[in-house]
Amino acid sequence: MLSLIARRLLQSIPTLWVVATATFLLLRLAPGGPFDDEKPIPPEIKAQIEAHYGLDLPLYQQYFQFFGNLLKGDLGPSYKYPGWDVQEIIIQAFPVSLELGCWALLISLALGIPIGTLAALKHNKPAETNLMAVAMIGICLPSFVIGPILLMTFSLKLGWFNPLGWSYAGDRVLPAITLGLLYAAYIARLARSGMLDVMRNDYIRTARAKGLKERTVVMRHALRTALYPVVAYMGPAAAGLISGSFVVETIFFIPGMGPFFVNAALNRDYTMVMGTVLFYATLIILFNLLVDIVQMWMNPRTRND
Amino acid sequence: MVTLLTQRLPTGFLILLALGFFAGCAKKKSNVERGNANHELYIGIGTEPSGLDPQLTTGLTEYSVMTALLEGLTTLDAETMQVRPGVAQYWEISEDGLTYTFHFAPDALWSNGDSVTAADFLFSFERILTPSLGAPYAYMLYPMRGAEAFNRGELTDFSQVGVRAVGDAKLIIELESPTPYFLSLLAHNTWWPVHPPSILKHGAMNDRISKWTKPGNYVGNGPFILKRWRLNSEIYAVKNPYYRDIENVHLNGLHFLPIEPQAEERSFRAGHLHVTSTVPIHRIDWYRANQPERMRFDTSLAVYYYMLNTSHGAFKDPRVRKALAYSINREEITAHVLKAGQQPAYHFTPPNAGGYNAEARLPHDPELARQLLAEAGFPEGKDFPTFELLYNTSESHRTIAVAIQQMWKTELGIDIELHNQEWKAYLSTRESGEFDILRAAWFGDYDDPNTFLSLGQTDNGNNHSQWSNAEYDQLILDAAIEQNPAARMALFQQAEAILLDEMPFIPIYFYVTSRLIDPAVQGWYPSILGNHPYQAISLED
Repeated sequence: MLSLIARRLLQSIPTLWVVATATFLLLRLAPGGPFDDEKPIPPEIKAQIEAHYGLDLPLYQQYFQFFGNLLKGDLGPSYKYPGWDVQEIIIQAFPVSLELGCWALLISLALGIPIGTLAALKHNKPAETNLMAVAMIGICLPSFVIGPILLMTFSLKLGWFNPLGWSYAGDRVLPAITLGLLYAAYIARLARSGMLDVMRNDYIRTARAKGLKERTVVMRHALRTALYPVVAYMGPAAAGLISGSFVVETIFFIPGMGPFFVNAALNRDYTMVMGTVLFYATLIILFNLLVDIVQMWMNPRTRND
Repeated sequence: MVTLLTQRLPTGFLILLALGFFAGCAKKKSNVERGNANHELYIGIGTEPSGLDPQLTTGLTEYSVMTALLEGLTTLDAETMQVRPGVAQYWEISEDGLTYTFHFAPDALWSNGDSVTAADFLFSFERILTPSLGAPYAYMLYPMRGAEAFNRGELTDFSQVGVRAVGDAKLIIELESPTPYFLSLLAHNTWWPVHPPSILKHGAMNDRISKWTKPGNYVGNGPFILKRWRLNSEIYAVKNPYYRDIENVHLNGLHFLPIEPQAEERSFRAGHLHVTSTVPIHRIDWYRANQPERMRFDTSLAVYYYMLNTSHGAFKDPRVRKALAYSINREEITAHVLKAGQQPAYHFTPPNAGGYNAEARLPHDPELARQLLAEAGFPEGKDFPTFELLYNTSESHRTIAVAIQQMWKTELGIDIELHNQEWKAYLSTRESGEFDILRAAWFGDYDDPNTFLSLGQTDNGNNHSQWSNAEYDQLILDAAIEQNPAARMALFQQAEAILLDEMPFIPIYFYVTSRLIDPAVQGWYPSILGNHPYQAISLED
């Protein structure tokens, strides 16, 4: 197990290197630079600014400089927000997205698994169609529709929640639901198909033949295997959830990572883009590793791979 | 384990959800209620400021925050826009209009208790003009003698620049040429002082990347002090006990919230903002019908226009450029597309810029436009080459472009293609000159026609039209040194007439700022430069 973790972590180094290099090159290929603005600045001033950030150096030197700093654990200063370091911004914003993502993850699991399981157990009955229709709606309605609808109803009409912000416990509810619903729908579909597969297996027939109650058959014997695809999906899903959603965080004015991801690219804030992309890539790698470990624990057959 | 999780989780989770729910239900005071009780203003600023260093920032958003934290030699009156004393209590101007002597208010202090001295201003001017700082707006100081040479690196000794301190409380500034708007220029953030020990504590004078603008480090001389700053969340400033005019500061604190317009409007509706940065277009009709008293429209000192590339094919001919300009129905655009009371632009400089109102007018005359186009060799638009209209990606730019595309099609019989680019790509294309027609806008930096008409000068960095006219250039140069105000305005009138006759820029409309303002807010006056001093504002329950 430990050797597997060590091996996977070593493998992640070239992956991150490729991601960083590709991002570095794509950024320089994009038209426009970080210091272009509505009112263009005199060329000699722009040259001074670029010299300040080492952007006047040949590309390969900038590249080595960037990796040198990265190895020292320095992501550099944000170009868009002078005085703020990229690390500083991530450290400030990530806990917010992490918390929101965890709530959303809980909601998606708490809704998705029961709905999917129930739908599978009621296979070919109207209940299945109804449940899966609900899940389809969850997938089809994007968060920029659900978010404002929830907001209008529960905040502006009923006054139960603040319309935006992240100051009180109640501020978590609407954004977490908005973000969680989409994932809940996917999870429901995965859980349903997983459950349908499992219920056809011989060992389930055996369990039933032993005279076990249906509830026990499902809970104790079927569910663990049925959730296999859900767990596989959880890796990228969790990384995506906790690294912040641009849409949800903008709608509810939550100071998380989401807006930084998108705006950094739009602003050509080179260091910020590199920082957020590498951060996200690292999260995905870690979560995929975590998922592999969980799967091994769930399915003994994969343990000796 | 898994069974345990699946059995217990939903129940446990529902309890948590219910808890959160009740926390939300408990009737809390809204920001506005709390703000009115504590005299703290909650103001939406639309986007996160890119910084709070007055010598490095350029935007109105940044200005609207920094104006709480810093103060220049002069200030502008909230209601009348007249120049008022700031750090300088009074001043003398020499006969020839070239030398200004400022006498400092004895009670002008920094927020740490230090006196604001003439040496602080010398340091600040040197800092912004130091080439290696790369201050994008350093040119705002160019009216000062030697400032441009120093900023371009042609002069390395700052003592050669026309500014000197006499003791702590007297500052003498010499100008290149008499600059009638100089006193109002001093109210712009590029002329504001910074606290030298704070700058030097966190880096060198020319460090762009410095921590001095962080809460706790920021020493200012404005009515408020920076207390808290969290990106994409809030900037919070509290009353500065050392402010020279503290008895006239009514508010105890300011909360600046960088919320995007849609969310901002919802927030205002729920009572969480006193003032918004704008009103989303689709909500204007609702407010007009239901709460007109909460919606304010102010004319801005800004023009929306199309820039023509006068070196491209058919656009070389001024008759073609005029035909395009005359066939646009601007009333149609302002009344049905924009709706917020924008003024159709029949000349380039916005009305009442430093008391100047352009006399030259371009007509809305499709008949004349067709005639001009025919004279240029394209009767009824025949054989007119197709060309591209470039705008930066935005719903409102697109709507306007589509309307104008249609007008040119029906009135002149010419076809254009619409092309949009994301902001930075658009800027890059503009810089390279690879466009036919480009959407553009200009927001005046100071209250004077020069900030607009200098855009047409051949060597102006913002003139991407390739248009060059020696007579025009000379008129703008003459206006810069003309001392008689009436004669100066007459020079601008001539320049404007040339601009409209040559038509490198097609003016479309003059901007309006729209805001939602809570009835509790007192002392928020219309301002064409977006200048709303927080000293003037108070909250009434």
